[in-house]
Amino acid sequence: MFRNQYDTDVTTWSPTGRLFQVEYAMEAVKQGSAAIGLRSRSHVVLACVNKAQSELSSHQKKIFKVDDHIGVAIAGLTADGRVLSRYMRSEAINHSFTYESPLPVGRLVVHLADKAQVCTQRSWKRPYGVGLLVGGLDESGAHLYYNCPSGNYFEYQAFAIGSRSQAAKTYLERRFESFGDASREDLIKDAILAVRETLQGETLKSSLCTVSVLGVGEPFHFLDQETIQKVIDTFEKVAEDEEGEAGEGDAEAAAAPAEQGGGGAGDQDVAPMEM
Amino acid sequence: MTFTIPIDNGDSVKTAEADSQRTLYPYVTGTSIVAIKYKDGVLMASDMGGSYGSTLRYKNIERMKAIGKHSLLGASGEISDFQEILRYLDELVLNDNMWDDGNSLGPKEVHNYLTRVMYNRRNKFNPLWNTLVLGGVKNGESYLGMVSMIGVSFEDNHVATGFGNHLARPILRDEWRADLSFEDGVKLLEKCMRVLLYRDRSAINKLQIAKITEEGVTVSQPYSLKTFWEFKAFNNPTAGAEGSW
Repeated sequence: MFRNQYDTDVTTWSPTGRLFQVEYAMEAVKQGSAAIGLRSRSHVVLACVNKAQSELSSHQKKIFKVDDHIGVAIAGLTADGRVLSRYMRSEAINHSFTYESPLPVGRLVVHLADKAQVCTQRSWKRPYGVGLLVGGLDESGAHLYYNCPSGNYFEYQAFAIGSRSQAAKTYLERRFESFGDASREDLIKDAILAVRETLQGETLKSSLCTVSVLGVGEPFHFLDQETIQKVIDTFEKVAEDEEGEAGEGDAEAAAAPAEQGGGGAGDQDVAPMEM
Repeated sequence: MTFTIPIDNGDSVKTAEADSQRTLYPYVTGTSIVAIKYKDGVLMASDMGGSYGSTLRYKNIERMKAIGKHSLLGASGEISDFQEILRYLDELVLNDNMWDDGNSLGPKEVHNYLTRVMYNRRNKFNPLWNTLVLGGVKNGESYLGMVSMIGVSFEDNHVATGFGNHLARPILRDEWRADLSFEDGVKLLEKCMRVLLYRDRSAINKLQIAKITEEGVTVSQPYSLKTFWEFKAFNNPTAGAEGSW
Protein backbone atom coordinates (compact mmCIF):
# COMPACT_ATOMS: atom_id res chain seq x y z
CA MET A 1 0.00 0.00 0.00
CA PHE A 2 1.37 3.41 -0.90
CA ARG A 3 0.54 6.58 0.97
CA ASN A 4 -1.32 9.02 -1.21
CA GLN A 5 -3.44 12.12 -1.06
CA TYR A 6 -6.80 10.35 -1.16
CA ASP A 7 -6.48 8.32 1.99
CA THR A 8 -7.09 10.83 4.79
CA ASP A 9 -10.86 10.67 4.83
CA VAL A 10 -13.11 7.67 4.52
CA THR A 11 -15.46 9.87 2.52
CA THR A 12 -12.86 10.70 -0.14
CA TRP A 13 -12.80 8.56 -3.25
CA SER A 14 -9.56 8.01 -5.10
CA PRO A 15 -9.53 8.68 -8.85
CA THR A 16 -9.43 4.94 -9.42
CA GLY A 17 -12.65 4.46 -7.47
CA ARG A 18 -11.23 3.20 -4.17
CA LEU A 19 -11.87 4.15 -0.56
CA PHE A 20 -8.42 3.78 0.94
CA GLN A 21 -9.49 4.11 4.56
CA VAL A 22 -11.72 1.08 4.13
CA GLU A 23 -8.87 -0.86 2.55
CA TYR A 24 -6.53 0.14 5.36
CA ALA A 25 -9.12 -1.10 7.84
CA MET A 26 -9.03 -4.45 6.07
CA GLU A 27 -5.25 -4.42 6.48
CA ALA A 28 -5.77 -4.19 10.23
CA VAL A 29 -7.71 -7.44 10.05
CA LYS A 30 -4.81 -9.12 8.28
CA GLN A 31 -2.46 -8.07 11.08
CA GLY A 32 -4.51 -9.65 13.83
CA SER A 33 -3.81 -13.21 14.96
CA ALA A 34 -5.58 -15.94 13.08
CA ALA A 35 -9.20 -17.00 13.46
CA ILE A 36 -10.70 -19.96 11.65
CA GLY A 37 -14.24 -21.11 11.07
CA LEU A 38 -15.73 -24.16 9.40
CA ARG A 39 -19.14 -25.71 9.18
CA SER A 40 -20.96 -28.88 8.37
CA ARG A 41 -24.69 -29.14 7.74
CA SER A 42 -25.41 -29.22 11.44
CA HIS A 43 -22.39 -27.78 13.28
CA VAL A 44 -20.07 -24.80 13.21
CA VAL A 45 -16.59 -24.78 14.75
CA LEU A 46 -14.69 -21.55 15.47
CA ALA A 47 -11.06 -21.69 16.48
CA CYS A 48 -8.36 -19.14 17.06
CA VAL A 49 -4.73 -18.78 18.05
CA ASN A 50 -4.10 -17.49 21.55
CA LYS A 51 -1.42 -14.84 21.48
CA ALA A 52 -0.44 -12.98 24.58
CA GLN A 53 1.34 -9.62 24.68
CA SER A 54 4.13 -11.12 26.74
CA GLU A 55 4.77 -14.18 28.83
CA LEU A 56 3.48 -12.31 31.85
CA SER A 57 0.03 -11.54 30.49
CA SER A 58 -3.00 -13.63 29.60
CA HIS A 59 -4.17 -13.94 26.04
CA GLN A 60 -6.92 -11.83 24.53
CA LYS A 61 -10.40 -13.18 24.14
CA LYS A 62 -11.20 -13.52 20.45
CA ILE A 63 -14.22 -15.78 20.40
CA PHE A 64 -17.50 -14.59 21.88
CA LYS A 65 -20.81 -16.26 22.51
CA VAL A 66 -23.59 -14.15 21.04
CA ASP A 67 -26.43 -16.51 21.90
CA ASP A 68 -26.90 -20.23 22.38
CA HIS A 69 -27.02 -20.63 18.65
CA ILE A 70 -24.55 -17.97 17.45
CA GLY A 71 -20.84 -17.44 18.10
CA VAL A 72 -18.32 -15.02 16.64
CA ALA A 73 -14.53 -15.12 16.21
CA ILE A 74 -12.69 -11.88 15.51
CA ALA A 75 -9.38 -10.74 14.06
CA GLY A 76 -8.03 -7.21 14.08
CA LEU A 77 -8.72 -4.48 16.62
CA THR A 78 -10.15 -6.52 19.45
CA ALA A 79 -11.65 -3.46 21.07
CA ASP A 80 -13.78 -2.87 17.98
CA GLY A 81 -14.59 -6.57 18.03
CA ARG A 82 -15.80 -6.43 21.59
CA VAL A 83 -18.10 -3.51 20.84
CA LEU A 84 -19.60 -5.30 17.85
CA SER A 85 -20.06 -8.47 19.89
CA ARG A 86 -22.00 -6.47 22.43
CA TYR A 87 -24.18 -5.13 19.63
CA MET A 88 -24.78 -8.64 18.32
CA ARG A 89 -25.71 -9.93 21.77
CA SER A 90 -28.12 -7.07 22.16
CA GLU A 91 -29.80 -7.77 18.81
CA ALA A 92 -30.06 -11.46 19.59
CA ILE A 93 -31.57 -11.00 23.01
CA ASN A 94 -34.05 -8.36 21.86
CA HIS A 95 -35.29 -10.69 19.15
CA SER A 96 -35.50 -13.55 21.61
CA PHE A 97 -37.49 -11.45 24.04
CA THR A 98 -40.03 -10.26 21.49
CA TYR A 99 -40.49 -13.47 19.54
CA GLU A 100 -39.31 -16.16 21.99
CA SER A 101 -37.37 -17.54 19.12
CA PRO A 102 -33.67 -17.47 18.18
CA LEU A 103 -32.59 -14.72 15.81
CA PRO A 104 -31.69 -16.27 12.44
CA VAL A 105 -27.95 -15.77 11.97
CA GLY A 106 -28.42 -14.64 8.36
CA ARG A 107 -30.41 -11.63 9.55
CA LEU A 108 -27.90 -10.76 12.25
CA VAL A 109 -25.02 -10.55 9.78
CA VAL A 110 -27.03 -8.22 7.57
CA HIS A 111 -27.61 -5.90 10.54
CA LEU A 112 -23.88 -6.07 11.28
CA ALA A 113 -22.93 -5.35 7.69
CA ASP A 114 -25.28 -2.37 7.52
CA LYS A 115 -23.74 -1.04 10.71
CA ALA A 116 -20.26 -1.36 9.21
CA GLN A 117 -21.38 0.35 6.02
CA VAL A 118 -22.52 3.41 7.94
CA CYS A 119 -18.93 3.91 9.08
CA THR A 120 -17.75 4.00 5.50
CA GLN A 121 -20.03 6.88 4.60
CA ARG A 122 -19.68 9.38 7.45
CA SER A 123 -16.84 11.85 7.56
CA TRP A 124 -16.79 11.87 11.37
CA LYS A 125 -16.51 8.09 11.71
CA ARG A 126 -13.92 5.47 10.84
CA PRO A 127 -14.49 1.91 9.67
CA TYR A 128 -14.39 -0.85 12.28
CA GLY A 129 -10.95 -2.44 12.15
CA VAL A 130 -12.10 -5.96 12.79
CA GLY A 131 -13.14 -8.94 10.70
CA LEU A 132 -15.79 -11.21 12.14
CA LEU A 133 -16.38 -14.88 11.50
CA VAL A 134 -19.99 -15.40 12.54
CA GLY A 135 -21.17 -18.96 12.96
CA GLY A 136 -24.75 -19.83 13.77
CA LEU A 137 -27.92 -21.76 13.14
CA ASP A 138 -31.19 -20.86 11.55
CA GLU A 139 -34.10 -22.74 10.00
CA SER A 140 -32.03 -23.91 7.07
CA GLY A 141 -29.20 -25.34 9.16
CA ALA A 142 -25.68 -24.24 10.11
CA HIS A 143 -24.06 -21.18 8.52
CA LEU A 144 -20.70 -19.44 8.59
CA TYR A 145 -20.34 -15.84 7.51
CA TYR A 146 -17.42 -13.44 7.24
CA ASN A 147 -18.16 -9.77 7.96
CA CYS A 148 -15.67 -7.28 6.58
CA PRO A 149 -14.91 -3.69 7.70
CA SER A 150 -16.14 -2.63 4.25
CA GLY A 151 -19.68 -3.65 5.13
CA ASN A 152 -19.62 -6.69 2.86
CA TYR A 153 -20.44 -10.12 4.12
CA PHE A 154 -19.99 -13.51 2.53
CA GLU A 155 -21.11 -16.99 3.39
CA TYR A 156 -18.48 -19.70 3.61
CA GLN A 157 -18.11 -23.42 4.10
CA ALA A 158 -14.81 -22.65 5.79
CA PHE A 159 -12.63 -19.56 6.13
CA ALA A 160 -9.63 -18.16 7.94
CA ILE A 161 -8.68 -14.55 8.68
CA GLY A 162 -5.79 -12.79 10.32
CA SER A 163 -2.04 -13.25 10.06
CA ARG A 164 -0.75 -16.41 8.38
CA SER A 165 -4.34 -17.31 7.57
CA GLN A 166 -3.26 -18.18 4.03
CA ALA A 167 -1.68 -21.38 5.32
CA ALA A 168 -4.94 -22.32 7.03
CA LYS A 169 -6.93 -21.39 3.93
CA THR A 170 -4.77 -23.64 1.78
CA TYR A 171 -5.43 -26.50 4.16
CA LEU A 172 -9.15 -25.77 4.22
CA GLU A 173 -9.30 -25.54 0.42
CA ARG A 174 -7.93 -29.07 0.22
CA ARG A 175 -10.45 -30.44 2.69
CA PHE A 176 -13.62 -28.34 2.46
CA GLU A 177 -15.59 -30.70 0.24
CA SER A 178 -15.79 -33.19 3.07
CA PHE A 179 -17.01 -30.69 5.66
CA GLY A 180 -20.70 -30.67 4.70
CA ASP A 181 -21.30 -34.22 5.86
CA ALA A 182 -18.49 -34.41 8.37
CA SER A 183 -19.14 -35.57 11.90
CA ARG A 184 -18.77 -33.14 14.77
CA GLU A 185 -15.51 -34.75 15.85
CA ASP A 186 -13.99 -34.62 12.37
CA LEU A 187 -14.95 -30.97 12.05
CA ILE A 188 -13.20 -30.14 15.33
CA LYS A 189 -10.12 -32.07 14.23
CA ASP A 190 -10.01 -30.16 10.95
CA ALA A 191 -10.32 -26.86 12.80
CA ILE A 192 -7.40 -27.67 15.06
CA LEU A 193 -5.34 -28.88 12.11
CA ALA A 194 -6.07 -25.60 10.34
CA VAL A 195 -4.88 -23.72 13.44
CA ARG A 196 -1.71 -25.77 13.37
CA GLU A 197 -1.05 -24.59 9.81
CA THR A 198 -0.97 -20.99 10.97
CA LEU A 199 1.60 -21.74 13.64
CA GLN A 200 4.26 -22.48 11.04
CA GLY A 201 6.17 -25.25 12.71
CA GLU A 202 5.63 -24.16 16.29
CA THR A 203 4.48 -27.17 18.31
CA LEU A 204 0.74 -27.28 18.62
CA LYS A 205 -0.35 -27.26 22.27
CA SER A 206 -3.86 -26.94 23.63
CA SER A 207 -2.81 -23.80 25.51
CA LEU A 208 -2.10 -22.11 22.19
CA CYS A 209 -5.58 -22.38 20.77
CA THR A 210 -9.21 -21.76 21.71
CA VAL A 211 -11.92 -23.87 20.07
CA SER A 212 -15.67 -23.42 20.26
CA VAL A 213 -18.53 -25.53 18.90
CA LEU A 214 -22.21 -25.02 18.26
CA GLY A 215 -24.73 -27.14 16.43
CA VAL A 216 -28.20 -28.55 16.15
CA GLY A 217 -29.09 -29.61 19.68
CA GLU A 218 -25.78 -28.30 21.01
CA PRO A 219 -25.62 -24.74 22.35
CA PHE A 220 -22.49 -22.66 21.84
CA HIS A 221 -19.69 -23.57 24.21
CA PHE A 222 -15.91 -23.65 24.41
CA LEU A 223 -13.99 -26.92 24.44
CA ASP A 224 -11.80 -27.36 27.47
CA GLN A 225 -8.03 -27.77 27.27
CA GLU A 226 -8.19 -31.50 27.97
CA THR A 227 -10.54 -32.19 25.07
CA ILE A 228 -8.42 -30.13 22.70
CA GLN A 229 -5.24 -31.85 23.83
CA LYS A 230 -6.81 -35.26 23.24
CA VAL A 231 -7.61 -34.32 19.65
CA ILE A 232 -4.08 -32.97 19.16
CA ASP A 233 -2.65 -36.21 20.52
CA THR A 234 -4.48 -38.24 17.89
CA PHE A 235 -2.64 -36.61 15.03
CA GLU A 236 0.62 -35.36 16.51
CA LYS A 237 2.02 -38.89 16.34
CA VAL A 238 1.01 -39.20 12.68
CA ALA A 239 2.61 -35.79 12.03
CA GLU A 240 6.04 -37.17 12.97
CA ASP A 241 5.90 -39.41 9.91
CA GLU A 242 4.92 -36.52 7.70
CA GLU A 243 7.76 -34.34 8.95
CA GLY A 244 9.58 -34.65 5.65
CA GLU A 245 6.63 -33.38 3.63
CA ALA A 246 5.70 -30.71 6.16
CA GLY A 247 9.24 -29.25 5.94
CA GLU A 248 8.71 -28.37 2.27
CA GLY A 249 5.21 -27.04 2.89
CA ASP A 250 6.58 -24.70 5.56
CA ALA A 251 9.16 -23.17 3.24
CA GLU A 252 6.44 -22.09 0.81
CA ALA A 253 4.10 -20.90 3.49
CA ALA A 254 6.87 -18.86 5.13
CA ALA A 255 6.98 -16.66 2.04
CA ALA A 256 3.36 -15.64 2.51
CA PRO A 257 3.69 -14.01 5.99
CA ALA A 258 6.60 -11.93 4.73
CA GLU A 259 4.10 -10.16 2.48
CA GLN A 260 1.45 -10.02 5.15
CA GLY A 261 3.68 -8.17 7.54
CA GLY A 262 6.88 -9.10 9.22
CA GLY A 263 7.52 -12.84 8.98
CA GLY A 264 7.98 -15.06 11.98
CA ALA A 265 9.11 -12.37 14.40
CA GLY A 266 6.30 -10.07 13.25
CA ASP A 267 4.23 -10.51 16.36
CA GLN A 268 6.55 -8.47 18.54
CA ASP A 269 6.26 -5.57 16.12
CA VAL A 270 2.48 -5.67 16.12
CA ALA A 271 0.84 -2.68 17.82
CA PRO A 272 -0.61 -3.56 21.23
CA MET A 273 -4.20 -2.97 20.16
CA GLU A 274 -4.03 -5.42 17.32
CA MET A 275 -3.96 -9.05 18.27
CA MET B 1 -66.16 6.06 38.66
CA THR B 2 -63.64 8.48 37.29
CA PHE B 3 -60.09 8.96 38.29
CA THR B 4 -57.21 10.84 36.79
CA ILE B 5 -53.94 9.11 36.25
CA PRO B 6 -50.57 10.49 35.24
CA ILE B 7 -49.61 9.54 31.69
CA ASP B 8 -46.81 10.50 29.34
CA ASN B 9 -43.82 11.42 31.46
CA GLY B 10 -45.80 11.27 34.67
CA ASP B 11 -45.25 14.93 35.50
CA SER B 12 -48.72 16.27 34.95
CA VAL B 13 -52.16 14.90 35.38
CA LYS B 14 -54.08 15.19 32.13
CA THR B 15 -57.81 15.59 31.66
CA ALA B 16 -60.52 15.04 29.07
CA GLU B 17 -58.43 15.78 25.99
CA ALA B 18 -55.89 13.16 26.86
CA ASP B 19 -58.62 10.70 27.78
CA SER B 20 -59.96 10.81 24.25
CA GLN B 21 -56.58 9.53 23.14
CA ARG B 22 -56.80 6.26 24.98
CA THR B 23 -59.21 3.36 25.20
CA LEU B 24 -61.70 3.58 28.02
CA TYR B 25 -64.56 1.37 26.82
CA PRO B 26 -65.17 -0.89 23.87
CA TYR B 27 -67.83 0.11 21.35
CA VAL B 28 -68.31 -2.48 18.61
CA THR B 29 -67.51 -5.88 20.01
CA GLY B 30 -67.25 -9.47 18.84
CA THR B 31 -68.21 -12.28 21.16
CA SER B 32 -66.59 -15.65 21.86
CA ILE B 33 -63.92 -17.50 19.91
CA VAL B 34 -63.50 -21.23 20.51
CA ALA B 35 -60.47 -23.14 19.25
CA ILE B 36 -59.01 -26.63 19.57
CA LYS B 37 -55.97 -28.55 18.43
CA TYR B 38 -56.81 -31.61 16.39
CA LYS B 39 -54.99 -34.33 14.49
CA ASP B 40 -53.78 -32.25 11.55
CA GLY B 41 -53.59 -28.82 13.15
CA VAL B 42 -55.95 -26.31 14.72
CA LEU B 43 -59.68 -25.62 14.32
CA MET B 44 -61.22 -22.30 15.28
CA ALA B 45 -64.85 -21.16 15.34
CA SER B 46 -66.43 -17.74 15.64
CA ASP B 47 -69.71 -16.11 14.73
CA MET B 48 -69.92 -13.13 12.44
CA GLY B 49 -71.59 -10.66 14.75
CA GLY B 50 -70.46 -7.18 15.81
CA SER B 51 -72.53 -5.82 18.71
CA TYR B 52 -72.94 -2.16 19.45
CA GLY B 53 -73.72 -2.42 23.13
CA SER B 54 -76.85 -4.52 23.30
CA THR B 55 -77.72 -4.03 19.62
CA LEU B 56 -76.66 -6.78 17.25
CA ARG B 57 -75.63 -4.21 14.71
CA TYR B 58 -73.19 -5.84 12.28
CA LYS B 59 -73.75 -9.32 10.98
CA ASN B 60 -70.96 -9.90 8.51
CA ILE B 61 -67.76 -9.39 10.46
CA GLU B 62 -64.94 -11.88 9.90
CA ARG B 63 -63.24 -12.27 13.23
CA MET B 64 -60.67 -14.80 12.11
CA LYS B 65 -57.81 -14.00 9.74
CA ALA B 66 -54.78 -15.81 8.34
CA ILE B 67 -51.40 -14.35 9.34
CA GLY B 68 -48.45 -15.19 7.12
CA LYS B 69 -48.15 -18.80 6.04
CA HIS B 70 -48.38 -20.53 9.37
CA SER B 71 -50.84 -18.75 11.65
CA LEU B 72 -54.51 -17.97 12.20
CA LEU B 73 -55.69 -15.15 14.46
CA GLY B 74 -59.13 -14.92 16.02
CA ALA B 75 -60.30 -11.99 18.11
CA SER B 76 -63.11 -11.12 20.45
CA GLY B 77 -63.67 -7.66 21.87
CA GLU B 78 -63.34 -4.30 20.15
CA ILE B 79 -63.43 -4.78 16.38
CA SER B 80 -61.53 -1.60 15.54
CA ASP B 81 -58.66 -2.70 17.81
CA PHE B 82 -58.64 -6.06 16.03
CA GLN B 83 -58.27 -4.21 12.74
CA GLU B 84 -55.39 -2.22 14.22
CA ILE B 85 -53.70 -5.44 15.29
CA LEU B 86 -54.14 -6.82 11.78
CA ARG B 87 -52.33 -3.74 10.48
CA TYR B 88 -49.40 -4.30 12.88
CA LEU B 89 -49.20 -7.95 11.85
CA ASP B 90 -49.40 -7.03 8.19
CA GLU B 91 -46.30 -4.90 8.60
CA LEU B 92 -44.58 -7.65 10.58
CA VAL B 93 -45.29 -10.27 7.93
CA LEU B 94 -44.29 -7.91 5.15
CA ASN B 95 -40.90 -7.22 6.72
CA ASP B 96 -40.41 -10.91 7.35
CA ASN B 97 -41.15 -11.69 3.70
CA MET B 98 -38.84 -8.93 2.48
CA TRP B 99 -35.88 -10.74 4.03
CA ASP B 100 -36.59 -13.51 1.54
CA ASP B 101 -34.15 -15.78 3.30
CA GLY B 102 -35.93 -19.03 3.99
CA ASN B 103 -36.84 -18.08 7.53
CA SER B 104 -40.45 -17.32 8.34
CA LEU B 105 -42.51 -16.26 11.35
CA GLY B 106 -44.21 -19.19 13.00
CA PRO B 107 -47.24 -19.13 15.29
CA LYS B 108 -45.02 -19.05 18.41
CA GLU B 109 -43.25 -15.92 17.20
CA VAL B 110 -46.52 -14.18 16.29
CA HIS B 111 -48.07 -15.12 19.63
CA ASN B 112 -45.14 -13.70 21.55
CA TYR B 113 -45.06 -10.55 19.49
CA LEU B 114 -48.74 -10.02 20.23
CA THR B 115 -48.16 -10.66 23.92
CA ARG B 116 -45.52 -7.92 23.97
CA VAL B 117 -47.83 -5.50 22.14
CA MET B 118 -50.82 -6.18 24.41
CA TYR B 119 -48.81 -5.98 27.60
CA ASN B 120 -47.06 -2.78 26.62
CA ARG B 121 -50.36 -1.12 25.74
CA ARG B 122 -51.79 -2.23 29.08
CA ASN B 123 -48.83 -0.66 30.85
CA LYS B 124 -49.60 2.66 29.23
CA PHE B 125 -53.23 2.44 30.34
CA ASN B 126 -54.27 2.33 26.70
CA PRO B 127 -55.18 -1.28 26.01
CA LEU B 128 -56.22 -2.93 22.80
CA TRP B 129 -59.55 -4.20 24.02
CA ASN B 130 -59.32 -7.72 22.67
CA THR B 131 -58.80 -11.29 23.68
CA LEU B 132 -56.81 -12.90 20.89
CA VAL B 133 -56.55 -16.54 19.92
CA LEU B 134 -53.51 -17.51 17.89
CA GLY B 135 -53.34 -20.94 16.28
CA GLY B 136 -50.97 -22.39 13.74
CA VAL B 137 -48.86 -25.22 12.42
CA LYS B 138 -45.19 -25.09 11.52
CA ASN B 139 -42.85 -27.95 10.72
CA GLY B 140 -45.51 -30.42 11.74
CA GLU B 141 -46.01 -28.92 15.18
CA SER B 142 -49.39 -27.49 16.14
CA TYR B 143 -49.59 -24.41 18.29
CA LEU B 144 -52.55 -22.79 20.05
CA GLY B 145 -52.36 -19.84 22.41
CA MET B 146 -54.29 -16.90 23.80
CA VAL B 147 -53.48 -13.31 24.81
CA SER B 148 -55.82 -11.11 26.80
CA MET B 149 -56.12 -7.33 26.80
CA ILE B 150 -53.97 -7.10 29.90
CA GLY B 151 -51.22 -9.22 28.41
CA VAL B 152 -51.98 -12.54 30.09
CA SER B 153 -50.67 -15.11 27.68
CA PHE B 154 -50.56 -18.89 27.58
CA GLU B 155 -50.77 -21.96 25.36
CA ASP B 156 -53.18 -24.85 25.62
CA ASN B 157 -54.83 -27.67 23.67
CA HIS B 158 -58.16 -25.87 23.65
CA VAL B 159 -59.04 -22.24 24.35
CA ALA B 160 -62.12 -20.03 24.45
CA THR B 161 -62.73 -16.33 24.97
CA GLY B 162 -65.55 -14.28 26.46
CA PHE B 163 -68.61 -16.33 27.25
CA GLY B 164 -66.84 -19.30 25.79
CA ASN B 165 -64.71 -19.37 28.92
CA HIS B 166 -67.76 -20.25 30.96
CA LEU B 167 -69.86 -22.22 28.53
CA ALA B 168 -67.47 -23.90 26.10
CA ARG B 169 -64.50 -24.75 28.31
CA PRO B 170 -66.34 -27.32 30.45
CA ILE B 171 -67.46 -29.14 27.29
CA LEU B 172 -63.94 -29.06 25.89
CA ARG B 173 -62.42 -30.30 29.12
CA ASP B 174 -64.70 -33.32 29.04
CA GLU B 175 -64.67 -34.12 25.37
CA TRP B 176 -61.39 -32.99 23.82
CA ARG B 177 -58.93 -35.71 22.76
CA ALA B 178 -55.50 -35.42 21.24
CA ASP B 179 -56.26 -37.26 17.99
CA LEU B 180 -59.57 -35.74 16.97
CA SER B 181 -60.36 -36.12 13.30
CA PHE B 182 -61.49 -33.10 11.32
CA GLU B 183 -65.15 -34.19 11.41
CA ASP B 184 -65.08 -34.87 15.15
CA GLY B 185 -63.33 -31.58 15.79
CA VAL B 186 -65.96 -29.65 13.86
CA LYS B 187 -68.73 -31.52 15.71
CA LEU B 188 -67.14 -30.59 19.02
CA LEU B 189 -66.83 -26.93 18.05
CA GLU B 190 -70.41 -26.85 16.78
CA LYS B 191 -71.58 -28.28 20.08
CA CYS B 192 -69.85 -25.41 21.91
CA MET B 193 -71.13 -22.81 19.46
CA ARG B 194 -74.70 -24.09 19.81
CA VAL B 195 -74.60 -23.68 23.58
CA LEU B 196 -73.21 -20.18 23.10
CA LEU B 197 -75.93 -19.39 20.57
CA TYR B 198 -78.63 -20.40 23.05
CA ARG B 199 -77.13 -18.69 26.05
CA ASP B 200 -74.98 -15.72 24.90
CA ARG B 201 -77.23 -12.84 23.92
CA SER B 202 -74.52 -11.28 21.74
CA ALA B 203 -74.13 -14.43 19.62
CA ILE B 204 -75.78 -14.68 16.21
CA ASN B 205 -76.59 -17.77 14.20
CA LYS B 206 -74.07 -17.20 11.46
CA LEU B 207 -70.73 -18.81 12.08
CA GLN B 208 -67.49 -19.66 10.38
CA ILE B 209 -65.07 -22.46 11.13
CA ALA B 210 -61.42 -22.00 10.21
CA LYS B 211 -58.87 -24.75 9.83
CA ILE B 212 -55.10 -24.42 9.77
CA THR B 213 -52.80 -27.28 8.84
CA GLU B 214 -49.31 -27.60 7.43
CA GLU B 215 -50.81 -26.82 4.00
CA GLY B 216 -52.29 -23.50 5.10
CA VAL B 217 -55.43 -21.74 6.26
CA THR B 218 -59.02 -22.30 5.09
CA VAL B 219 -61.92 -20.29 6.45
CA SER B 220 -65.29 -21.83 5.75
CA GLN B 221 -68.21 -20.01 4.20
CA PRO B 222 -70.66 -18.70 6.79
CA TYR B 223 -73.39 -21.11 7.79
CA SER B 224 -75.95 -21.49 10.56
CA LEU B 225 -76.60 -24.15 13.16
CA LYS B 226 -79.86 -25.97 13.55
CA THR B 227 -81.59 -24.99 16.76
CA PHE B 228 -84.55 -26.43 18.61
CA TRP B 229 -87.11 -24.30 20.35
CA GLU B 230 -90.10 -26.71 20.62
CA PHE B 231 -89.69 -27.33 24.31
CA LYS B 232 -92.99 -27.91 26.06
CA ALA B 233 -92.31 -25.15 28.53
CA PHE B 234 -92.02 -22.67 25.66
CA ASN B 235 -95.45 -23.56 24.31
CA ASN B 236 -97.48 -22.03 27.06
CA PRO B 237 -94.96 -20.10 29.09
CA THR B 238 -97.39 -18.36 31.34
CA ALA B 239 -99.17 -21.57 32.36
CA GLY B 240 -97.86 -21.28 35.89
CA ALA B 241 -98.32 -17.51 36.27
CA GLU B 242 -101.61 -16.24 34.90
CA GLY B 243 -101.52 -12.65 33.74
CA SER B 244 -97.80 -12.44 32.96
CA TRP B 245 -96.36 -12.53 29.45
